[in-house]
Amino acid sequence: MAEAHPVGFQWVMEAKARGAKVIHVDPRFTRTSALADTYVPIRAGSDIAFLGGIVNHVLSNELDFRDYVVAYTNAATIVSGDFRDTDDLDGLFSGFDPETRTYDPSSWQYAEEQEERSAAQADDSGDTETQRETAAGLQSESHGMQVQGNPPRDPSLQHPNCVYQILKRHYARYTPEMVARTCGVSEEQFLEVAQAWAENSRRDRTTALVYSVGWTQHSVGVQYIRTGAILQLLLGNMGRPGGGIMALRGHASIQGSTDIPTLFNLLPGYLPMPNAEEHQSLEQWIDAVRKPGSKGFWSNAGAYGVNLLKAYWGEAATPENDFCFDYLPKITGDHGTYRTVMDMIDGQVKGYFLLGQNPAVGSAHGRAQRLGMANLDWVVVRDLFEIESATFWKTSPEVATGEIVPEQCRTEVFLMPAASHTEKEGTFTQTQRMLQWREKALDPKGDCRSELWFFYHLGRMVRERYAGSTDERDRPLLDLAWDYPTHGGPGDGEWGEPDAEAVLKEINGYEVATGRPLSSFTEMRDDGSTLGGCWIYTGVFADGVNQAARRKPGAEQGYVAPEWGWAWPANRRMLYNRASADPEGRPWSERKAYVWWDEAAQEWTGHDVPDFEKTKPPTYLPAEDAEGVAAIAGADPFIMQGDGKGALFVPQGLIDGPMPTHYEPVESPFRNPFYAQQANPTRKDYVREDNPMNPSPPEEHSEVFPYVFTTSRLTEHHTAGGMSRYVARLAELQPEMFVEVSPELAAERGLENGGFATIVTLRSAIEARVLVTERLSPLRVDGRVIHQVWLPYHWGEGGLVTGDSANDLIGVSLDPNVLIQESKVGTCDVQPGRRPTGPALRELVADYLRRSQGTTGEGERP
Amino acid sequence: MTSLFNDNDLWGPLDPSADAGYGEDRPARKGFFTDTSICIGCKACEVACKEWNDVPADHFDMTATSYDNSHSLNANQWRHVAFVERPAGPAPVDLGMPGVAPTDAVSAGSTAGGAGSTAGGLLDNGADAAPDFRWLMSSDVCKHCTHAACLDVCPTGSLFRSEFGTVVVQDDICNGCGYCVPACPYGVISRREGPDGSRNVGIAQKCTLCYDRLDAGKTPACAQACPTQSIQFGDVEELRERADARVAQLHEAGVMDARLYGNDPDDGVGGAGAFFLLLDEPEVYGMPPDPVVTTKDLPQMFRRATTAAVVMFAGAALSFLGRRP
Repeated sequence: MAEAHPVGFQWVMEAKARGAKVIHVDPRFTRTSALADTYVPIRAGSDIAFLGGIVNHVLSNELDFRDYVVAYTNAATIVSGDFRDTDDLDGLFSGFDPETRTYDPSSWQYAEEQEERSAAQADDSGDTETQRETAAGLQSESHGMQVQGNPPRDPSLQHPNCVYQILKRHYARYTPEMVARTCGVSEEQFLEVAQAWAENSRRDRTTALVYSVGWTQHSVGVQYIRTGAILQLLLGNMGRPGGGIMALRGHASIQGSTDIPTLFNLLPGYLPMPNAEEHQSLEQWIDAVRKPGSKGFWSNAGAYGVNLLKAYWGEAATPENDFCFDYLPKITGDHGTYRTVMDMIDGQVKGYFLLGQNPAVGSAHGRAQRLGMANLDWVVVRDLFEIESATFWKTSPEVATGEIVPEQCRTEVFLMPAASHTEKEGTFTQTQRMLQWREKALDPKGDCRSELWFFYHLGRMVRERYAGSTDERDRPLLDLAWDYPTHGGPGDGEWGEPDAEAVLKEINGYEVATGRPLSSFTEMRDDGSTLGGCWIYTGVFADGVNQAARRKPGAEQGYVAPEWGWAWPANRRMLYNRASADPEGRPWSERKAYVWWDEAAQEWTGHDVPDFEKTKPPTYLPAEDAEGVAAIAGADPFIMQGDGKGALFVPQGLIDGPMPTHYEPVESPFRNPFYAQQANPTRKDYVREDNPMNPSPPEEHSEVFPYVFTTSRLTEHHTAGGMSRYVARLAELQPEMFVEVSPELAAERGLENGGFATIVTLRSAIEARVLVTERLSPLRVDGRVIHQVWLPYHWGEGGLVTGDSANDLIGVSLDPNVLIQESKVGTCDVQPGRRPTGPALRELVADYLRRSQGTTGEGERP
Repeated sequence: MTSLFNDNDLWGPLDPSADAGYGEDRPARKGFFTDTSICIGCKACEVACKEWNDVPADHFDMTATSYDNSHSLNANQWRHVAFVERPAGPAPVDLGMPGVAPTDAVSAGSTAGGAGSTAGGLLDNGADAAPDFRWLMSSDVCKHCTHAACLDVCPTGSLFRSEFGTVVVQDDICNGCGYCVPACPYGVISRREGPDGSRNVGIAQKCTLCYDRLDAGKTPACAQACPTQSIQFGDVEELRERADARVAQLHEAGVMDARLYGNDPDDGVGGAGAFFLLLDEPEVYGMPPDPVVTTKDLPQMFRRATTAAVVMFAGAALSFLGRRP
């Protein structure tokens, strides 16, 4: 966190100054470790084993926050008798289909009191193969599982098939001994962490779990977070001040770019992108979201969807034409970034827009990225500098190897100079879901322009080009509501800068007839009388005031600081904060009071906006047949879940299992110590000749790649370097690509501090200066010593300081839920000296392929 | 006889701006307290300093000494963050790991050169498996000494004592003689040698404590940019109290290595305007353990020279006297 989020880390230091204990678990000793009270080195890719061990520690010693667990989680819920765990099936859950490598989750469902499964629940336990292709897990980011409202429960937690007992059995084998064997962590250190976590989680204490997004970049990335969620729920740390799971995003407004998404399968506000087969009408699409008969806030999805369509197509969107639902593009399967790159290589993609992104350096498997871009008709790059993704055709490593010939590369590159964040107005949405308005400090230089300017005018020009068209297929373009006011700025008159506040107002939503801004998404109507571009952002322009621009100093308000910026939904600073009070609505303790029920006023009150219906008393019990919001009981804090409970066990919505279980990384030097099943059985692989994976046990020849590598960021550089390697005062701080190795590995491979090393995988070989440091230490895993090396990934051939790109080493293998790549762990070889240049580089890699007989596209992998 | 020098002019406690002749309405002495126990080594101070003061970036080669790529304080580096990788506690034991020869690899060295050995105990998965190891970070800067030798030796008056008690170079007056360079007991000041095209080449350069920002009532750029308040700016008097309290707090928490450096008005430079809380000996961070202002002995030298001159004069007179019978 100190490395990649130094500004946020000030609050950790402040907490430490107040007596908080800081524990840092990381494969290498970083700047965070230097300031932590306890540093725990761990083998990259073994986190579920580590956290699973803590779950076991909590359950077997009954250290869970029992009142919270029984009332607020699904611990008491009884699961179907058909469910079989990984203990029974050696690493697989029941329902696995080896043909498609997916699960049928029917047996994971809650037990039924009636014979028939409720409609809501049956719907989602459908085709998980399609769900994997479309990263359906993402669509549930704020969605919650749609299970039946009143499943059978055993509050005594004794029923053998209740979630609590299933969880206890599942994690029983995650003993301190197994943690030590799998993670390379000493039992003592592991127990120190487990005890500290458990002891600091009770009525008057809470513990926060903070991770950076590298944690997600694993073939089991979603299950990493899930393990953290289970632990935080068991210890009563969710929805309470000082608790929670904090995802530190990779850079400014990454949260914003999922809220108003740049993802192929999502529309604003986590509405799913309609699927060409399943959603042929507005009603089908809406029903797929709101799940008739289910509980919770998604029951109003019709209003959210219609308001979005009205924001897109304005007056053209009417009830008669389904609000132009047919105009929406539809997905047909996997259109994710890696699938798209493969399609580029195969010649199926014509053009590519890159906005502040440098995949030639920053995305996994850099060679595939560059070969893909070199096979396009055109690519538009909008960036501050001429980054590698704009120069791949003339300077990339593939030019040296002869794989790209500049004179023959057919890709036309349009490099458009971009305005920086100080040169344009708008909002950033940070990890707390808080929008902060940003004023423009100065005009951009020369032809540099904002993204808003670029897309507004691109749209305007394309619409002008098609203005006379009578072709039906051009209607979606011509009917767009594309009338944003412009004001002064670098370009005047026709070329003016669109007013970003006008866009924010449209995102917020307003009454069509009067233009009155909506103050809450509960005001949204599904009849076309209101419009709004992103339902969860409604309220950011309440009362016609830009709430994101509020800057009341912390000293002038309470510690929750509700008048600094604006957080979705409805300016709540903490989600599910009903859980900060006990089932009767009283704070769990005075020290941790946050939101509570005011008996006299008959409403919820507190330091934050209650994440609960304001006047629903804690004693409220829904009627048997209640639906939607009314079906949430007064003591159910997790209001987006179908049963109102925090999910220790997830019966649906996950492709790879209802509970996290340790699988080895796709590339690992070790056999899975827990089960016969080696790696995530449902992971998304692209088995192709240009995407070979290093062999892992039980495959032969894994010893060709004996070391584990992991990559991450340095404080001094920004992601793929587009904003730092081209700026002298930043570039000089870390001027060369390097690899960190332990003194022991340096001795083993004859590496000299300051000299060069070559790091090899089946994708490529890169060179780096060697930094021998005790910050990396060999670990003893499964009875033998394993060396880990660490690489920063900031360099490419452009900029003031150049170097090989660590991402060239990484193959494409994805988490099945959200299609994120496993880029934080792999195997490699390390040799002293510089890598070969020119065609000899590919020969070196080919030699490794011969020696390892690696998988090149044939056959099944474990 | 009235000396050319007042009491404590060159030695001992003193209010430097009063001594320089600023009147009663002068502002309180300003300085930095750098608490290295909360420095995260982000280098924001280095960058903010260079941006504000237009200090050139001129070295694009990796030093391979931990994360320190800015070498030292010099004309192009007014803030410098040291990274010290240091094994703590008793000497590590080589467990004779199979297949691994005793290492002679050069470790990612530090200014202390202390990290040259293996941490063999890590392999044991035992109680000692935690890296018994520390990574110290510290942002160094001009000390703005109470008794500043650089200022004393400057023949042009380019270096002067500001009303804030700080020591500032006027680059339009400096003639580049370089007397100040060896005068500094910390090796802070030097003449800018490049890069080509940058301003003030040949001129002595160092931290001004952002004199222009102070003038406008602002915090110096480095302290403003520091995310963890490792660099604290303020009145020296108040900062010294804060530093004492912080050391006491750390001692109470069991961090017995915490100590202050440069805060004592009775030290060799009369106390620094920029002082530090360190977690190890100053040498570990590349700081002189007991710096003394190089002009400390000037009065004594002057007195001796005067005595010598008087004696010589007297001798010469005597010899003349002696010739006349």
